[in-house]
Amino acid sequence: MLNILQYSFIQNTFLAGSCVAVVAAVAGYFMVVRGLTFAGHALPNIGFAGAAGAVLLGIDPVIGLYIFTIGAAISIGLLSKEVNERDTSIGIIMTFALGIGILFLSLYSGYAERVYSILFGQIVGISQLDVLITAISSLLTLGMFLALFRPLLFSSFDQEVALARGVPVRLLAMIFLILIAITVSLSVQVVGALLVFTLLVGPAATAIRIVQRPLWTIVIAIILGVAYTWLGIFFAANSNWPVSFYIATLSFGVYLPVRLLSPVWIGRRARKIAAARQQTATSLSPAGDQEQSKTMPSTERVQGSSH
Amino acid sequence: MARETQDPVITLERVRVQFGKRTILENVNMTVNEGEFIVVLGPNGAGKSTLLKLLLGLLKPASGVIRVLGKPPRRGNNAIGYAPQHRKLEADLALRARDVVGFGLDGNRWGPGLPGARRNAIIDKALLEVDATAFADAPIGQLSGGEQQRLLIAQALLTNPQLLLLDEPLANLDISHEQEIVALVEKVCRTRNVAVMLVTHDINPLLTVADRVMYMAHGHTTIGPTNEVITSSTLTQLYGSPVEVVQALGRVFVVGAET
Repeated sequence: MLNILQYSFIQNTFLAGSCVAVVAAVAGYFMVVRGLTFAGHALPNIGFAGAAGAVLLGIDPVIGLYIFTIGAAISIGLLSKEVNERDTSIGIIMTFALGIGILFLSLYSGYAERVYSILFGQIVGISQLDVLITAISSLLTLGMFLALFRPLLFSSFDQEVALARGVPVRLLAMIFLILIAITVSLSVQVVGALLVFTLLVGPAATAIRIVQRPLWTIVIAIILGVAYTWLGIFFAANSNWPVSFYIATLSFGVYLPVRLLSPVWIGRRARKIAAARQQTATSLSPAGDQEQSKTMPSTERVQGSSH
Repeated sequence: MARETQDPVITLERVRVQFGKRTILENVNMTVNEGEFIVVLGPNGAGKSTLLKLLLGLLKPASGVIRVLGKPPRRGNNAIGYAPQHRKLEADLALRARDVVGFGLDGNRWGPGLPGARRNAIIDKALLEVDATAFADAPIGQLSGGEQQRLLIAQALLTNPQLLLLDEPLANLDISHEQEIVALVEKVCRTRNVAVMLVTHDINPLLTVADRVMYMAHGHTTIGPTNEVITSSTLTQLYGSPVEVVQALGRVFVVGAET
């Protein structure tokens, strides 16, 4: 089975897939942290409409993909978080985009291979040039995430304090969404528009249930993402089934047990920490520390006025 | 009590703040000196958070002069520590207590940052100051409101500020946690000689701690020692309608003031 690795086109595939998996894992971490995972559905679907439209116009579908995903990302950025039913609106818009894409596809009279590959992913057999472009784009995007790492995490945690400390919160949010759009467009070429979520959000969502430290969460997400991609390409190269299927299955197959079992070890860790806290109980209020965060005690004051 | 050893930490002269046509604050005059503990009181919407935003450089006044440590307010001033109104922090966020505190140190700097012994030592010291060492490695989603508030205060103190702005730090805390936080803030104020402006809606936990009280209502403000400001006559004048300050059960009640 391993002798397929000697083929350069397979090596190209592994290289491109690895680069995308790494940047997707980092992007996915921030998406989970900022509550933007729905963008992992919306952006690729809207991007697909752009790709199909581009094919209809005789342009490279990847160009249509990038234009539409970046445009959609900017629009999401301009929609404030507090807008009611934001997720519903975006869901409706994205399925509409999918419908438009299907229309474009049906109108196209030539070979629709390239558009199908946008939907379903076709990384095996990727050209040398495309590998180079993908690798460089991935590295640049990864570099941007690293450069923005601290202020992005800070403003994801607490917008107000970050703003007060001089972080350009709104600008960062917009740049972040554009980086997500680029990552989505890169991921589409590995797993296809329909399954981007599994590569983008899957590893990060799994990793967050395993550790609660940003650095380690990202490292584990990267390991998972790259592992899924390598195994996916490997199995696909040795069988007739698509890469994206394997990646999606691995992503789900690992996430499910982690998700079901994580309350066990998270609870165990919490009890360990609570026990440690009891031992070093402060003199101020020993009783208070035993509370879990779930119950927020209400104030018991009686007030003469309702301030 | 306050010591006037240096120039004031905050100066406001005839400051007016407007949102569109609405005047939020009018003719605000006050000075805060080094190491003073000021409690800012008033009903909701009186402009207490607006005042903090002015000092943080997040808002500009329509007119008047504001000086923070002798200079006009600007964003990203490390000499100011800020902890906004505490909300229940996202449990999904997967950060530890020490990560949250660490933001106060370098969360606003570019790049991923390198972990290091020196950085950890500074954060450990901050955690010790707020008695958070016991849960330093716990995910924040598992901490109580009082514990999270302590972390936010530690975060605000990391740049060794000369001014600490706390917006409703006692909100949603039960009485024992309230007392913890009040004691912590007072300790921080006196040992570090840092000026504190604490916004709250109930003076009672802070009666013995505040050096002066600033009361805001209807766009007007008055500042002075607690027993001069929290009086029926002062507040009636401020509100422009009858307000009675009643002492009962060892507490102070402000009766007649609107929300």
